[in-house]
Amino acid sequence: MSLIADIPKTRNFPNMGKYRGLMNAFIGMGGLLVIWWLGGRAVANDPDMFAFADFAPAPTMARLWVMVTTGEVLDMAGPSLYRVGYGMLIAVVIGVPLGILIGRIAQLREITNIPFQFLRMISPLSWMPIAVMGFDTWDGAIVFLITVAAIWPIVFATAAGVRRIDPAWIKVARNLGASPLHMLTTVILPAVATDIFTGIRLALGVAWVVLVPAEYLGVTSGLGYAINDARDTLEYDRLSATVVVIGVIGFALDTLCQKAIGRLNWTRST
Amino acid sequence: MIVSGVAHSYVASDGPVLSGIDLTIRPGEVVALIGRSGSGKSTLLHILAGLIQPSEGAVRIGGTRVTKPSPRWIMMFQAPSLFPWMTVSQNAALGLRYSGQSTGVEDRVADVLSLVALTEFADRNVQDLSGGQQQRVALARSLAPSPEVLLLDEPFSALDMFTRQAMQQDVRAIAKRLGLTLILVTHDVSEAVLMADRAVFLKSGAGIIADDTTVDLADAERELSSTAFKTELGRLNAIYTTMQSS
Ligand SMILES: Nc1ncnc2c1ncn2[C@@H]1O[C@H](COP(=O)(O)OP(=O)(O)OP(=O)(O)O)[C@@H](O)[C@H]1O
Ligand SMILES: [Mg+2]
Repeated sequence: MSLIADIPKTRNFPNMGKYRGLMNAFIGMGGLLVIWWLGGRAVANDPDMFAFADFAPAPTMARLWVMVTTGEVLDMAGPSLYRVGYGMLIAVVIGVPLGILIGRIAQLREITNIPFQFLRMISPLSWMPIAVMGFDTWDGAIVFLITVAAIWPIVFATAAGVRRIDPAWIKVARNLGASPLHMLTTVILPAVATDIFTGIRLALGVAWVVLVPAEYLGVTSGLGYAINDARDTLEYDRLSATVVVIGVIGFALDTLCQKAIGRLNWTRST
Repeated sequence: MIVSGVAHSYVASDGPVLSGIDLTIRPGEVVALIGRSGSGKSTLLHILAGLIQPSEGAVRIGGTRVTKPSPRWIMMFQAPSLFPWMTVSQNAALGLRYSGQSTGVEDRVADVLSLVALTEFADRNVQDLSGGQQQRVALARSLAPSPEVLLLDEPFSALDMFTRQAMQQDVRAIAKRLGLTLILVTHDVSEAVLMADRAVFLKSGAGIIADDTTVDLADAERELSSTAFKTELGRLNAIYTTMQSS
């Protein structure tokens, strides 16, 4: 105890009391803006790169405002969210049961270990040619790529959670006459709910990253298409505004996952 | 409950853990199975609960052969192992939920929680309870499906001395009130003397070496401080020691 007391406390600098979290978040965002602004000025002052001056914060934000008020943002993001949502849904529907089986059955775990680790390390985008050949629609191919990207974190996080389940819980449930379905709904799923959502959170991060390059192909809607299109039409303010939209939506989705994890977490942090 | 010719060997173990176990237990009787660590007490209790199939022999409870777990015979383990994502009453209701009961669940749960004196904790998260309270929730959970037989595997060994004594007396009183058959595994002779009507001694490799040692005490004398208790404890301890060394 005295040892801990002896360690000098690192001072929070600057000292901002109870608003520290909020203030630090603003400092971080402000810092990012300043760097962006400095970069924009450097570009504007460089005769070789002058054409790209619209990447700077002011033109970007002005354009973003227009895009939000005209509903263009929704038109861009809608198809992308649909593709990611669909791909994630398939990944969850396959990944969670697979993860539970792998977590419960040692032999299945041993059989699948090498193939799954192998498949996991292949960049989802390298499936692109196969996806394009295998699916009639571009949408189908993109959803496939997102599923391929998203499934592994979900499978592995679920399996790891299931392996950590206290065997005594299983014994207690069996002793009280639980059927296999009861075992699933009252023991396994609640026990690993946070693990599943941690997997979904990781998967969503990967899926959101894969989405944009996947949308460079074929389709004529979505955020990736919007980026490509803005580049082709030399509207750099629209391009950087779209980048901001991608970042904001990704951040919002991640925050939602974190909220879900916090809600489902039953462990006491004491 | 009739146990006839039960023997068991684990796949991993070289010799049999239990062999030739015969035992008859009357309804409503409180029986203590006493033996040293490794004598196969837990194994026998798991077989009685239908959680393990014996290699040989059979267990019958009221004419039904025990081959799997059932709400009629329920085991309570050393650790409470409550589900931390559920409240006290949700935990207590599990057995009823598993047996598909949908009516009267709330009343039954309220009954068993009052039996273990946890009524005002019904909506608490189980992680906020003390170890003794958690073990009482586990007891309520075991009692809710109204079992005929309750099997206890050293359920109080993790509790401090005072909580343990209170639980020992409470559980005996509850069993007697409900007419439950109680089979209690312990390596502590004083626990057996406090709680049981009869002591059964197990010796590792030799199986049951004495199964008719009556604990001759009135309920009022089941107190660590009573003279009758001390005399009875001395007598059983002597029997236990002789048997272990013979
Ligand atoms: N799953 C198992 N596989 C193989 N051997 C086992 C298994 N469980 C128990 N054993 C062995 O069976 C013997 C009896 O074990 P058991 O747990 O029944 O003893 P116990 O009397 O309950 O002991 P304790 O008082 O320590 O709980 C021990 O030698 C133990 O090593
Ligand atoms: Mg044991």
